[in-house]
Amino acid sequence: MKARLPRLLLGLTCLLIAVWLVAPTLIVFPMSFADKKSLVFPPTGFSLQWYENFFTNPQWFGSLIVSAKVAAMVAVVATVIGTLAALGIERMRAGPAGIIRAILITPMIVPGVVLAVGIYAVYLDTQLVGTWTGYVLAHTLLAIPFVVIAVGANLAVFDARLEVAAASLGASRLSTFFTVTLPLIMPGILSGALFAFVTSFDEVIVSLFITSPALKTLPVQIFSSMTRDADPTVAAVGSLIFLATSLVIGLGLLIGTRTGRRT
Amino acid sequence: MSSKSAAPLLRRPFLLTLPALAVLVLVMAVPLGVIVYRSFSEPAPGLQNYVWFFDTPVNLIVLSRTFSIAFWVTLACVLVAYPYAFAMSVAGPRLRLLLVLCVLVPFWVSGVVRTLAWVILLQDSGVINRMLMAVGFEKVRLIRTQLGVTIGMTQILLPFMIMPLYAVMRGIDMRLLQAARSLGAHPVKTFFQIYLPLSLPGVFAGATIVFILALGFYITPLLLGGPQSTMLSTLIQQQVLSLLNWGRGGAMGVVLLIATFGLLGIASPFMRRKYNMSGGSR
Repeated sequence: MKARLPRLLLGLTCLLIAVWLVAPTLIVFPMSFADKKSLVFPPTGFSLQWYENFFTNPQWFGSLIVSAKVAAMVAVVATVIGTLAALGIERMRAGPAGIIRAILITPMIVPGVVLAVGIYAVYLDTQLVGTWTGYVLAHTLLAIPFVVIAVGANLAVFDARLEVAAASLGASRLSTFFTVTLPLIMPGILSGALFAFVTSFDEVIVSLFITSPALKTLPVQIFSSMTRDADPTVAAVGSLIFLATSLVIGLGLLIGTRTGRRT
Repeated sequence: MSSKSAAPLLRRPFLLTLPALAVLVLVMAVPLGVIVYRSFSEPAPGLQNYVWFFDTPVNLIVLSRTFSIAFWVTLACVLVAYPYAFAMSVAGPRLRLLLVLCVLVPFWVSGVVRTLAWVILLQDSGVINRMLMAVGFEKVRLIRTQLGVTIGMTQILLPFMIMPLYAVMRGIDMRLLQAARSLGAHPVKTFFQIYLPLSLPGVFAGATIVFILALGFYITPLLLGGPQSTMLSTLIQQQVLSLLNWGRGGAMGVVLLIATFGLLGIASPFMRRKYNMSGGSR
């Protein structure tokens, strides 16, 4: 009897917090169907014009394509580089490993604008402003920590005796790596790649500095639209991203539970 | 061909980290070096940019505001995350999954879109104000105020507080609490003398991350705030992009960098203690 009141209070508090966490994300859905060009909630009517605008306006759709391409390249580059680094760290002695890991995670901590200003300065001198190379390099830097963490976490639970076993059975180091290590850390590599993709797809601060009218990523387009006027197209983009992410995560969970059952 | 050229790589672990370190040097170390260099060299060599920074009242106001917003956001995050993470750590598997999902859902849309949602909610004719007025309160100015910025930032940073807290709370042995209770300790006393101290490493780790991230926030204060809630990042961007003053912008950047890494340096020994403790209990 005595324990019931605190439990009820805790439950209510958590419900409120959960609503507070989730509601602002979901509010973009009704906004995306607004009939007038305003961001007043709830919208007064219903229309699909903002979705239509997103897919037909080259400003919007073009930036989506740019973002998708950059993010795909970053996912490949950062995953390869980050996985190599995580493997290296795992094979080092504890001291140097800790130092290298700490260094590789710093891009997460450096204040975004300071980094952006610095990258902008270097890119101005090297003509990388508004280029594919510029975006991919900068986003790769920001994505590496996520790959190192994801693959590192997987390596930490990886049983190193399996490698010894393979070697004792006569496998070369390289074939051990490709037939034993790599398949076992694949979940970490895949989630690292996903994180890298999302990091790049989402990145706005550095992109705002190194953008050009000819080559603009989606977050930059969203940001400039938001500072210019109240355009519900932003809400439509938000809803589409939300749906796409839900789909990817849903598929990931499905595949995850399947492979989980197999082992 | 590759089996001979690649095999030594696996034996020399440092070489494997070289590509990542190269990216870090090229895209982070060199750019930050340029910022530091320019802060001391433009327009003329010397400390003038730093003298200017600490001599201009507006800069100091913005600097202290940046710290105070970061402080309030961190405090709000701790207070909100604590009961939530506790519930996560004691909940059954189904409920826990639901609670984790609620923490992760905000990550599914980009940060800029989440800020848009807060613009919609906080504006003068927005949902929150209409709810307040329906209950009979006065209209509160939220958008373009420090309060609005704090509310938005707290929601965006909350997951970074909940996750480390949950990681620590999950490891706390609840039998310790039962032991204390069975020895006659009052629940309140049990909480303050046993549970709270054991969970403090999580609070500390989360608070450090949130505070450091909050110091460097740019998009949210820009879109939710107004001239009265400008943070240091906005000032840096103005100096560089609008006034083309790389020296002054650079000096501000260095101040923000030192604040960030200084705090991390101060906090990291305490955070390391957490790992020792969790290692010990295992």
